[in-house]
Amino acid sequence: MQEGLDDGPDFLSEEDRGPRAVNVDLQTDATLQVDISDALSERDKVKFTVHTKSTLPNFKQNEFSVVRQHEEFIWLHDSFVENEEYAGYIIPPAPPKPDFDASREKLQKLGEGEGSMTKEEFTKMKQELEAEYLAIFKKTVAMHEVFLCRVAAHPVLRKDLNFHVFLEYNQDLSVRGKNKKEKLEDFFKNVVKSADGVLVAGVKDVDDFFEHEKTFLLEYHNRVKDASAKSDRMISKNAFCVWPSVNGVKSLTCFLFCSLINRFFLKVSELFEKTRKIEARVAADEDLKLADLLKYYLRESQAAKDLLYRRGRALADYENANKALDKARAKNKDVLQAETTQQVCCQKFEKISESAKQELIDFKTRRVAAFRKNLVELAELELKHAKGNLQLLQSCLGVLKGDT
Amino acid sequence: MSCMKRLCHETRSHDRLRRTLAVCLRLSRRLLLKMSEERDAAALSGSAQTEGEEDLFVSAMESPEAARLSAEDISPSSNGPKAEPMLLDDDPDDLFAEATEEVSLDSPERQPILSDGPSPVITPVTPVMISSRADVFDRSPDQDEDEEENRDTFDIQISVSDPEKVGDGMNAYMVYKVLTKTSLSIFSRDEVCVKRRFSDFLGLHSKLASKYMHMGYIVPPAPEKSIVGMTKVKVGKEDLSSVEFVEKRRSALERYLLRTVKHPALLKDPDVLQFLESSELPRAVSTQALSGAGILRMVNKAADAVNKMTIKMNESDAWFEEKQQQFENLDVQLRKLHASVESLVCHRKELSVNTASFAKSAAMLGNSEDHTALSRALSQLAEVEEKIDQLHQDQACADFYLISELLGDYVRLITAVKGVFDQRMKTWAKCQDAQVMLQRKREAEAKLQHANKPDKLQQAKDEIREWEGKVQQGERDFEQISKNIRREVGRFEKDRVKDFRVVIIKYLESLVHTQQQMIKYWEAFLPEAKAIA
Repeated sequence: MQEGLDDGPDFLSEEDRGPRAVNVDLQTDATLQVDISDALSERDKVKFTVHTKSTLPNFKQNEFSVVRQHEEFIWLHDSFVENEEYAGYIIPPAPPKPDFDASREKLQKLGEGEGSMTKEEFTKMKQELEAEYLAIFKKTVAMHEVFLCRVAAHPVLRKDLNFHVFLEYNQDLSVRGKNKKEKLEDFFKNVVKSADGVLVAGVKDVDDFFEHEKTFLLEYHNRVKDASAKSDRMISKNAFCVWPSVNGVKSLTCFLFCSLINRFFLKVSELFEKTRKIEARVAADEDLKLADLLKYYLRESQAAKDLLYRRGRALADYENANKALDKARAKNKDVLQAETTQQVCCQKFEKISESAKQELIDFKTRRVAAFRKNLVELAELELKHAKGNLQLLQSCLGVLKGDT
Repeated sequence: MSCMKRLCHETRSHDRLRRTLAVCLRLSRRLLLKMSEERDAAALSGSAQTEGEEDLFVSAMESPEAARLSAEDISPSSNGPKAEPMLLDDDPDDLFAEATEEVSLDSPERQPILSDGPSPVITPVTPVMISSRADVFDRSPDQDEDEEENRDTFDIQISVSDPEKVGDGMNAYMVYKVLTKTSLSIFSRDEVCVKRRFSDFLGLHSKLASKYMHMGYIVPPAPEKSIVGMTKVKVGKEDLSSVEFVEKRRSALERYLLRTVKHPALLKDPDVLQFLESSELPRAVSTQALSGAGILRMVNKAADAVNKMTIKMNESDAWFEEKQQQFENLDVQLRKLHASVESLVCHRKELSVNTASFAKSAAMLGNSEDHTALSRALSQLAEVEEKIDQLHQDQACADFYLISELLGDYVRLITAVKGVFDQRMKTWAKCQDAQVMLQRKREAEAKLQHANKPDKLQQAKDEIREWEGKVQQGERDFEQISKNIRREVGRFEKDRVKDFRVVIIKYLESLVHTQQQMIKYWEAFLPEAKAIA
């Protein structure tokens, strides 16, 4: 099974090599261009070949490639999140873990059931499942690529040292995935954070812009979550609404062992086979353009929310520092210390506010552009497939009707 | 009854089985007797009752005397004993029906009673039709059918519509309007409209089945009863599922009637004509599950199943063997296909629900989006998805009514076809049994000859003659049913192909329509999406 999926050149040739960033509208900046030129799927991990082209002086060469795994992407993302310097930026969301379990299970089941079906059915089902596997594979590559591109396009993040190491260091980064203890720690951290987030969000912001953004993002995030879930369900259901498979159609043709009319029904069965393929493509495209878009913006809006949280946190700290300073002044004790703390907080807060504003505006622009692109493409693809379907149906009907 | 006793006792090879059958039948006979006494079957005189009982069990053992009454034997001249109360020829099921007005409309193809001696009622009774219809019977039906097909003026339209609920609570039932439009001469008017309820349809089917099945005609099966569905309707739930149920039933009844009249012999059947034309139809109580006839049916079914296992037929005709095999395969395939189409219908309905909920969600997303153009585009998307959801629903309906129901009908039809083949087997068995009897009678006679008992000898000779007649009859019956079956199967195959062709073309057209609509919707959406600045 795996051999068929060392798919480097194959899968690249299918899609056009345009900006592969599905959901993000990026300017291609000549100073730093990152993409994933190849990918390999092994037993339980995927190896991405990250290819960089750059004119920046930081790098030893102008063009180079390294092999990275999913954990290393996560490591990079986490390093951004944990870096205080980047508190004022929307950190591009980490790509989701490659998940081939479901697909692998299905393939396994198919293999087990091989004896019980005819060769033809088996090859057909195998093809379908392989196509599914391939689609998931492509998607996960795209997600990882988008992450890297976003980082590369961000004026500040692209200069990050860890990022350069990630791109250049051609040995294994020795990043291990988090073990159980660390995962547990993360879990608690998240709980604390969300509780805190609620508190912070409750504080009304003096700045109108941020207040508006806060309310907007909160609502938006929830609705995107909802829409994403529902679109997933709809699209996966679509996959079932195809005329019964090879089996069923064969039965239909067997049904009429009248040789005169067999031709009629053979045509019908061919037709259903073709429409089945088209329906599958429709589902795949919908998935790509609609569901993935929503999922991506779910994550991005979460990142934006995180930014607002950090700012809110900074604001709270600042206000606390102010209060502490006042108290210190009143008591005339540790005034200097309080002053420095207050100043630090003030600076931090202002820095975050400034960059956050810009980030949020950019976020909106990006979002609008991405939605536009994807919705347009979605509509175009739906039209293309519907027209294709229509043509098939009409031509078949024409033949059948004339074929009295 | 006596003949039945004979059969029971003398068939050695399946002795025990037959005996058990006999016991069952005797018990049910007693039960039925009791029930018939209680009921006010006014049409039954005392003698008719005894004769009727015999009739009951004759039909149970399926002795087809019908060959004698096959249409070919009908000559217009034997319009003789019209006025005789034809109750003796009544269907066993009608035993418990209220008085029917059928005296003058008896079909020629009713079973006679198989009694000991020559019964006065065995003479074939021709249909006493109004003279304008007599011309239909001047020719032999075979000829008739061929002509009818060549003529291609099969001009009859039947529609079942306007389901109305009558009554209240658990006694409620739905009444359907049956409208017949035709230019055929056997109908008294061009356009007839009657009201019928579901049990009327079932009653019609059971009458036709008992008249024609044993002759090898494929009688289209009636739609199935559904206790759950009907209870919902009775209880008065006006929800979607009960509306769907009524619609499903209405459509099934319409298809049933159309199929029935497509059959050339059934079209001329007086029961069918009466069903379509007469404004009042006696209530077919015998179709209820717990009526006497219902119980008899169950007993019959058990008897049939046993018979099927025990009769081993020497198939001399390869055609039959081949066809039977084909129909077996067909049955299996069809059921599989039907199951997968039904699941397709389910999935599509779910898809429509999911699409609707996504549409709502997208609308809400559009609402919260603060970029105006994008917000508008998202709302548009939501609208598009809503329309598509409606499309899916319609498509599901089409899937269902066109394909799935048709497949279901054919699954039941195939069962009827297999039943007809089984009838042939029974006929053969009957013939064999008669031959065995004849052999025995001959042996008995030979013995008596030696023993020199002249009076008994005469009786034995009479019996031999009788059984010779029966053997001949049995052979004729068998030939007849074989011939009928061949013809019926041929017609069935042609019809089936036509049926499916028509339906599939309609279905493809519905798919075309769906795609066209989708194109329309997405084309309307595209400029909105492009307008996002």
